[in-house]
Amino acid sequence: MIRVGVVAATAIALALPAVLGPYALAIAINVLFFAYLGQAWNIIGGYAGQLSAGHAVFVGVGGYAAAVLAAETGLTPWIGMFVGAGLAGALGGVIGYLGFRFGLRGFYFVLLTVAFAEVGRIVVSNWERVGGAVGLYITFTGDPRRLSFQDDRAWYYIALCLLLLATAVAWAVERRRFGIYLTAIREDEVACEALGVDTLRYKLLAMVLSSFLTGLAGAFYAYRYSSLQPNAVFGIPLSVEIIIRPIVGGAGTLLGPIVGSLILTPLGELSRAVFGQGGWHGAHLVMYGVLLVAVVLFVPQGVVPWLRDLLRRKPA
Amino acid sequence: MSLMAVGLSLIFGVMRVVNFAHGDMMVWGMYLAWLLASRLGIDPYLGFVACAAALFVLGLAIQRGLVDRIVDAPHEMQILLMLGVALILENTALLVFGPEPVRVRSPLAAATWYVGSLYVDVARLLTFAVAIALTAALYAFLFHTDLGRSIRAAADNPYGALVIGTDVRRVYAVAFGIGAACVGAAGALTAPIVPFSPSLGLSASVASFNIVIIGGLGSLLGAFIGGLLVSVAESLGAVFLSPSLKELVSFSLLILILLFRPAGLLGKRAP
Amino acid sequence: MLEIRGLAKWFGGLQAVKDLSFQVDDGEIVALIGPNGAGKTTVFALVSGFLEPDAGEITFRGRRVRGLKPHALNRLGMARTFQIMRPFARLSVVRNVMIGALGRHPEPRAAETRARAVLEEVGLAAKAAQPAGSLTLAERKRLELARALATEPVLLLLDEVMSGLNDRETERIVELVRAINARGTAILLIEHVMRAVMSLAGRLVVLNYGERIAEGRPDVVARDRRVIEAYLGEDPVAPPA
Repeated sequence: MIRVGVVAATAIALALPAVLGPYALAIAINVLFFAYLGQAWNIIGGYAGQLSAGHAVFVGVGGYAAAVLAAETGLTPWIGMFVGAGLAGALGGVIGYLGFRFGLRGFYFVLLTVAFAEVGRIVVSNWERVGGAVGLYITFTGDPRRLSFQDDRAWYYIALCLLLLATAVAWAVERRRFGIYLTAIREDEVACEALGVDTLRYKLLAMVLSSFLTGLAGAFYAYRYSSLQPNAVFGIPLSVEIIIRPIVGGAGTLLGPIVGSLILTPLGELSRAVFGQGGWHGAHLVMYGVLLVAVVLFVPQGVVPWLRDLLRRKPA
Repeated sequence: MSLMAVGLSLIFGVMRVVNFAHGDMMVWGMYLAWLLASRLGIDPYLGFVACAAALFVLGLAIQRGLVDRIVDAPHEMQILLMLGVALILENTALLVFGPEPVRVRSPLAAATWYVGSLYVDVARLLTFAVAIALTAALYAFLFHTDLGRSIRAAADNPYGALVIGTDVRRVYAVAFGIGAACVGAAGALTAPIVPFSPSLGLSASVASFNIVIIGGLGSLLGAFIGGLLVSVAESLGAVFLSPSLKELVSFSLLILILLFRPAGLLGKRAP
Repeated sequence: MLEIRGLAKWFGGLQAVKDLSFQVDDGEIVALIGPNGAGKTTVFALVSGFLEPDAGEITFRGRRVRGLKPHALNRLGMARTFQIMRPFARLSVVRNVMIGALGRHPEPRAAETRARAVLEEVGLAAKAAQPAGSLTLAERKRLELARALATEPVLLLLDEVMSGLNDRETERIVELVRAINARGTAILLIEHVMRAVMSLAGRLVVLNYGERIAEGRPDVVARDRRVIEAYLGEDPVAPPA
């Protein structure tokens, strides 16, 4: 039953670009891209329950690495992407090690991640070699070998691949001992330790995996939007965008980030379109805030688990 | 800054709720002061009382309406809740007041005095003086009044306080309200000194967390001292490194303290 | 199999454990008793790796294990339960036990089989699919036990596993513990429910103010003057004529 659903959904997703107009296609790309980011975060934030509110730092590191390498050495971003991801993963390992080794949990860990993201932002803003506060502008070359495309449909398929990749990784994690341990760590680390689980090792693994995947997105971001600005790409607003979809959709579930993105991305676009005209920037952020509050109060597990419960209660 | 941190420490210490919306509350305080000044001609150094009162009410409302419902929920939920509130506050301010930075002029404090060969900016001096006075008043309240004592009791031992008949919910509400009032006052007092815009909110929150952690959670004195320490450190950083890097100093301090002494310099609570 | 020598722990200026020495042999059931605040739970925390001792040696299965982290000790064969229970509330009962089983059976399906077997043994098989947070107190105690059992320990540390239970539930746990011990698992338990202690333990170690004040067979220790004094205060009440 589920398999049929998955195949159907994938088929629809593959066929979509043929029927969507350019504006809708752009939104669809965003849906997929932010679902990907959310899924990558889901591994450490949802399954393992370690709330990282600075995940944008990995996007920034990945993106800048790929872009700078391309500019200075001519390395194709297709490879630069992985270098950036590797760097992001290493940074994730550092942050994770610092945080977990010293027993930072909950709020303190959040603060640590935010601190690192801010440090990243400040450092890059002041680093003239990589563009300083103004950032980098990535010239549009239209050359696929340099990760630049004339046709948006290419971006769509790349985003789709990324999402499928992240979801596959999350699915694999969920089924194996690694994932089961993570969900227990989220509940009670002390009990886990007493049962033989090396919590430090698994949290670290989750963090590195998550940050690596997020770093991959950096290059996508840089080349799709043709610019890298420290405030945008290391800043808290991006971190909020990353975490809000899985949280609303259902942290720690496979479909959560996807459903979350399906709901929030169009809504965000809509509010930008409706309110942005009047110069009311940030209206969509108010909406995010309201949604966040509403979810926490009424649907704390997220939309997907809530729907699952609803369906279960229906008489068979 | 110190006053703000004290308010935050109070909220956290009493309720173990992390108020991410703190900075954005302050920004509203600032805007209120601006409104009072520009529409009614009330000087911020006098009007801060009104700002404090308004934010007290806001804090109470938030606490009763939202936070109260999730006091028992896992910490992540509380963090997310306040993050949501922060987003709402910050972006409504953006919608109402626009993104351009705004300054408040204070006729009382436009002067600069010369003390020997040093400049002393009267505005900053006044802010500092009032902040100290308010902090002292807060101290007196917490240590010498019944309500203040109840708050401290509830902070140390919620069940114990319940047992002796304290209305814990009311205490929580008041504590939150006072914390918010502190921040409102802080906003009004800082308004004449810096140009501000709604985007100040989140960075102000993070900065005040910095201070509270460095100074020590649960200790109001620590928060105050933390504020002074961080300001000094940042100024030194601005002088020796470069002005735009001064935040780096406080963040580095934060990271170091988080790692080696999470209880902070004077903290009573370990994580 | 477990040997403790000269164990000591300070908290600030207070010495919670003083020069403590005792041992647990293969297949034994040893009970750690003493008035409240005597340091029993601290000893557990020290032995199971949750606290670092300030002095002393801990030897488990012939190895020096002082300073090892709890999960490492668990791999070596030591398991413990907690006085204040810590179920994985949002996970199902069977998942809870699987966390323990996965240590020796890394493949989730094998771990699940093993977990269900353990649940059968403790009598929770019917509740396997329910979230652990929905269990009653007695059921949670059995879940704690099941989880620890799933890690296949040779030494089981039970921290007040009978507290808060009625007579019938206590009986059930006592039988369960006996059955586990009969299979060869050694047991070190902290307990206040004296009936259970007397019927289970082969040997008692009595603690007061962090020191061992008596050790030996239950019936002997129960008549020891020092023990009676410790429990009742300075002036022991004369037993009813």
